[in-house]
Amino acid sequence: MEKEHNTHLIPYGTYVLVWISLVSLTVLTVTMAGVDFGRIALFLALLIAAVKSTLVINYFMHIKFDDAIFRVFLFVALATLASIFILTSTDIFFR
Amino acid sequence: MGSATLIEKAENYLEYKAHKGIFAWLLSTDHKRIGLLYLIAMISFLWVGITLGFIMKLEMLTPDKTIVDAQTYNALFTLHGVIMIFLFIIPGIPAIFGNFFLPIQIGARDVAFPRLNLFSWYLYITGGLFAIASLFLQGGPIDTGWTFYVPYSIRTTTNVILPLLGAFILGFSSILTGLNFITTVHRLRAPGMTFFRLPLFVWALYATAWIQVVATPVVGITILLVVIERVLHIGIFDPALGGDPLLFQHLFWIYSHPAVYIMILPAMGVVSEIIPTFARRTIFGYKVIAFSSLAIALIGYFVWAHHMFTSGMSDTARMVFSLLTFLVAVPSGVKVFNWVATLYKGSIELRAPLIYVMMFIFLFSIGGLTGLVLGSLATDIHVTDTYFVVAHFHYVMFGGTAIILFAALHYWFPKMFGKMYNEKLAIAATPFIFVGFNLLYFTMFILGYLGMPRRYWSYLPEYQTLHIISTVGSWVLILGLIIMFANLIYALFKGKPAEANPWGGVTLEWTIPSPPPHENFDKIPNVTNGPYDFSHINETKDGKS
Ligand code: HEM
Ligand SMILES: [Cu+2]
Repeated sequence: MEKEHNTHLIPYGTYVLVWISLVSLTVLTVTMAGVDFGRIALFLALLIAAVKSTLVINYFMHIKFDDAIFRVFLFVALATLASIFILTSTDIFFR
Repeated sequence: MGSATLIEKAENYLEYKAHKGIFAWLLSTDHKRIGLLYLIAMISFLWVGITLGFIMKLEMLTPDKTIVDAQTYNALFTLHGVIMIFLFIIPGIPAIFGNFFLPIQIGARDVAFPRLNLFSWYLYITGGLFAIASLFLQGGPIDTGWTFYVPYSIRTTTNVILPLLGAFILGFSSILTGLNFITTVHRLRAPGMTFFRLPLFVWALYATAWIQVVATPVVGITILLVVIERVLHIGIFDPALGGDPLLFQHLFWIYSHPAVYIMILPAMGVVSEIIPTFARRTIFGYKVIAFSSLAIALIGYFVWAHHMFTSGMSDTARMVFSLLTFLVAVPSGVKVFNWVATLYKGSIELRAPLIYVMMFIFLFSIGGLTGLVLGSLATDIHVTDTYFVVAHFHYVMFGGTAIILFAALHYWFPKMFGKMYNEKLAIAATPFIFVGFNLLYFTMFILGYLGMPRRYWSYLPEYQTLHIISTVGSWVLILGLIIMFANLIYALFKGKPAEANPWGGVTLEWTIPSPPPHENFDKIPNVTNGPYDFSHINETKDGKS
């Protein structure tokens, strides 16, 4: 069936770049905690976290270079999670 | 692997021994043996559960104390629920028949991760022991109901943590089995076995596996949060500590509603196997049935809060979830109509497995239709938390899943054990089961409608007549189950040898000997047609190639 192995080699440089971005984003999150963003603070923090996990999933976990089916799997899980959040909010925000 | 093909007859899996004595079972990574390990464990738990239910019904013979006190009754219904739900119905069909037949039906020699498969069984047993251990420890057995609702589950002094951890461990067993099945279906299909040639049982298991993988972690986290709150007194769910009790109900049902589809989808898959075989006719609407499994799995995620209509959740949420609940009925209805259409003008042979399936269609329809009564807001307010709900879920879970587990047992018994049971006796058990079942549970619809609340050990005198009828029903039902199991156990030792294909089935498991050889197939089959092609039934009897 599908190819057993996808021999895409990622240069070390890319890994280092991703690592540096992750570290800087962490620094950003920590710095931002000191500033008063009011209600959107949580949203901003989650946004940064989302960017970070995208990097980790794509590069360190190799999703970017794997078969499309793995992206489908990931999408199903994330879409389910999103729907659960949205549906729960019909209770939380309308009580 | 594969070198044994030249020997005149490959050793069957019951004789093949990689280890000595009991270890031939306890260390076996053969998916068929693991299926049997699950079968033994689950039937044992089932009988523990039945016994607890029997005692509960005895208590309900009179309005006041009959044989147990209130606290014991609380423990009884909790353990009955925990055992039946987490140890029997949820893992049931996938763990037993999925393990045994999924690889065979797709033309594989085993599941993708055989060792992980054995490990899942050990997790299952460990979880089961945890759940039961609370019986014998100080503090006494858990009394929260199988739903573990907070804040009571955080405050009660009984042994809550052990059964909770038990459910947590069982969750892992379920996730790993799901993972194994998904990978197996994607990776190990025989040449020519395209997705649309998969038997519908495999489709159902595949959809179920996705629910197991995606939904189960939610209950895992929820359980851990309750444990953390109990031990560390951090306010998560208990309002006294600043928590939100409705959050628990959301999280619990985000898992437990999809879990009811973990229970029923595999059963629907079995039905889609049995009906074509005994109607000698290809299934009506193959693709529609396959996709309705996926649709049920998907929509099943979006209806959970119909268990919370009277919990104090927002009106908006109540309307949204009521609407969504009605949508689930559509793919379920699609299946029922397709089954009936398959039977229509088929040359029906009324053998034991098909009789159990007919019983299923009848009972499950009642269960599903009363689900709609519960799904609409106005009527639910009247009957929620009454015996009506108890009747509803027994019709769908017992009348649905458990009856099909029995059907599957009769359908595949000759293949699994190479023995034939006494079919007259198998059929003779069904009227007892059917009549007993309806006496036991239909009365509960009426009781609930009249206002009898669930989970009480005593009641007003005017309910007594119906309670007595119900209790007598439980005796008839249990009698039927005893006949059924005794017949099968007898056949295990004294049954006549079974043919490779006693029913004239056309899926791959019927092309190999009964019981199957250790590695299932001498040669991996090359699949050239869809799963329910009865046009050249005689060719398939001596193996297609
Ligand atoms: C068309 C299909 C179905 C619909 C519309 C439906 C709807 C509902 C609703 C609205 C409730 C909540 C009632 C209340 O607490 O007031 C309920 C309870 C329940 N249903 Fe269903 N249901 C359906 C099928 C099933 C199936 C297939 C199963 C399992 C195999 C199932 C198992 C349960 C269980 C276990 C409960 C009670 C949980 C508890 O409170 O202990 N249902 N159902
Ligand atoms: Cu539900």
